Amino acid sequence: MIPTRSETLAKAASLRAVFEAQGAVVVEPPILQPAETLLDLYGEDIRARAYVTSDAMRGEQMLRPDYTVPVVQMHMAHGAEPARYTYAGEVFRRQERDPARANEFIQVGYEVFDRTDPAAADAEVFALISQALSGLLVKPVTGDIGVLMAAVEGLETTQKRKDALMRHIWRPRRFRALLDRFSGKTAVPASRAALLAGNVHTAAPLIGLRSAQEIEDRIEALRADAAAPAISGEQVSLIAALLDIREVMPNALSRLHDLAVDLPAISGAVDRVAARSDALVARGIDTATLVFDAGYGRVSMEYYDGFVFGFRADARPDLPAVASGGRYDALTRRLGQGGEIPAVGGVMRPGLMLELEGVQ
Amino acid sequence: MTIRLGVPSKGRLMEKTFEWFAARGITLQRTGSDREYAGAVGGIEGVSLMLLSAGEIPRELAAGRIHLGVTGTDLIEEKLALWDQLVLPVEELQFGHADLIVAVPAAWRDVDTLDDLDAAAAAFRARHGFRLRIATKYHRLVREFLRSAGVADYALVDSQGATEGTVKNETAEAIADITSSGETLRANHLKILSDGLILKSQATLWRSRTAEMNDTERTTLAALLGKLS
Repeated sequence: MIPTRSETLAKAASLRAVFEAQGAVVVEPPILQPAETLLDLYGEDIRARAYVTSDAMRGEQMLRPDYTVPVVQMHMAHGAEPARYTYAGEVFRRQERDPARANEFIQVGYEVFDRTDPAAADAEVFALISQALSGLLVKPVTGDIGVLMAAVEGLETTQKRKDALMRHIWRPRRFRALLDRFSGKTAVPASRAALLAGNVHTAAPLIGLRSAQEIEDRIEALRADAAAPAISGEQVSLIAALLDIREVMPNALSRLHDLAVDLPAISGAVDRVAARSDALVARGIDTATLVFDAGYGRVSMEYYDGFVFGFRADARPDLPAVASGGRYDALTRRLGQGGEIPAVGGVMRPGLMLELEGVQ
Repeated sequence: MTIRLGVPSKGRLMEKTFEWFAARGITLQRTGSDREYAGAVGGIEGVSLMLLSAGEIPRELAAGRIHLGVTGTDLIEEKLALWDQLVLPVEELQFGHADLIVAVPAAWRDVDTLDDLDAAAAAFRARHGFRLRIATKYHRLVREFLRSAGVADYALVDSQGATEGTVKNETAEAIADITSSGETLRANHLKILSDGLILKSQATLWRSRTAEMNDTERTTLAALLGKLS
């Protein structure tokens, strides 16, 4: 049974009340968001996900695809610290592939901006959402993008290569291809080999904004990269071993600790996973059955840079996640105009929750 | 009622389509003045001709307002999400060949692949403070292509015509457009990326999966397709 809109709104209101009872302030950002901010964050891909409209005065506007960005902007502009926010309302997602997916749905969210104890804040968000979902046949998956980022930062290679890998953390195929290139597993394309050998010339006049200097700079960078030693096979297999971890929390932690011996750069990030695990236990979460997937969250919106989680319905693999969220410290930096604050949040879909209640 | 056939309303595409049908015993012609988009069909009963803009034919097929239509693969795939659930290719007509490609200035010695384009885009954004602009009218196809190739830090800018000129005019750094011979690209000092082929297109006869038919129309359609294949 698909719930009616008023049933969904009633459910959303009761969920929001749970967060209000935790001391969260209700916020209601506008539906129309300046397109520029979202384009700047996500690039062209956002156009495939968000509806764009425009007028002659304000230019391009997007129907909000989520609440996180406007809530962060609002907090960074004039929020007091620490802060907890909650909201309930429509978000809009353009659908170009699957007609069964909703292009408009109600979201209820909870966002925590708090420096004191990030592990406790992670656990707070996860536990509150987990409780709100209790009674539904859904299973959580957790992960931590920060561990992979720390592993990349710890690779024994040039900073430029690390930057390139970091830039594609959220594009797993591209990430893999770059790693194969940097480790010498895939051969240098013929055109690049010819370029580096000084055999590529052109009589074509230079047109457009990209200057001759920029072309020379890139060729110089390619030369420097070709001269740098390949990333060792051992290091590549450590990354692969990390991404391979998909286990219940205690086992995942022991594998992470093992990896940290060979990859000391991830120690800090692994300690944070361990601290979060303890904080989850303190919140009454059974971590012995909680799955940790080191690759989780890599294909979603690219603002999560630490803890990530999602809840899906076992019996309905066709449905999107009923709830999801994560930590987005870097987003507060990018939208903070100099400021930054550790932040974590999550959203639920009351419509899907009612649909699942109906079938159970 | 009749089987409705949609055909491009002007230019070489129309003439070539008329020739292709004529070679199979079906004569299509325009009726009335040159400005009137009405047509007549000979060689078979029960088929009516709609002269339409090639760009509108995908939508008309998807909506089921025409049963058959001639248009390019590029327009079908750009304009219809999940096109394969809406239309069915019947016959490739062996003309109107064109490739949708990504091209950059020929003077960019350092850029030959999408991998290069991605790296150049990252450096360009850092240097200029905005994303590398790619001019196109095929937004959906280009975006999907670049996303699956993992290219980031670009922005699509809309160009409905004279797209090859946008780089020289500095309203874009690269283009994604249809080319048949590559002549216009070369004249505008552009080169195609070696892995920059997005789609090979040609004029194709499509059948709507959504258009309704009664028994008579079904018989007519079968007879028509029998002559065409």
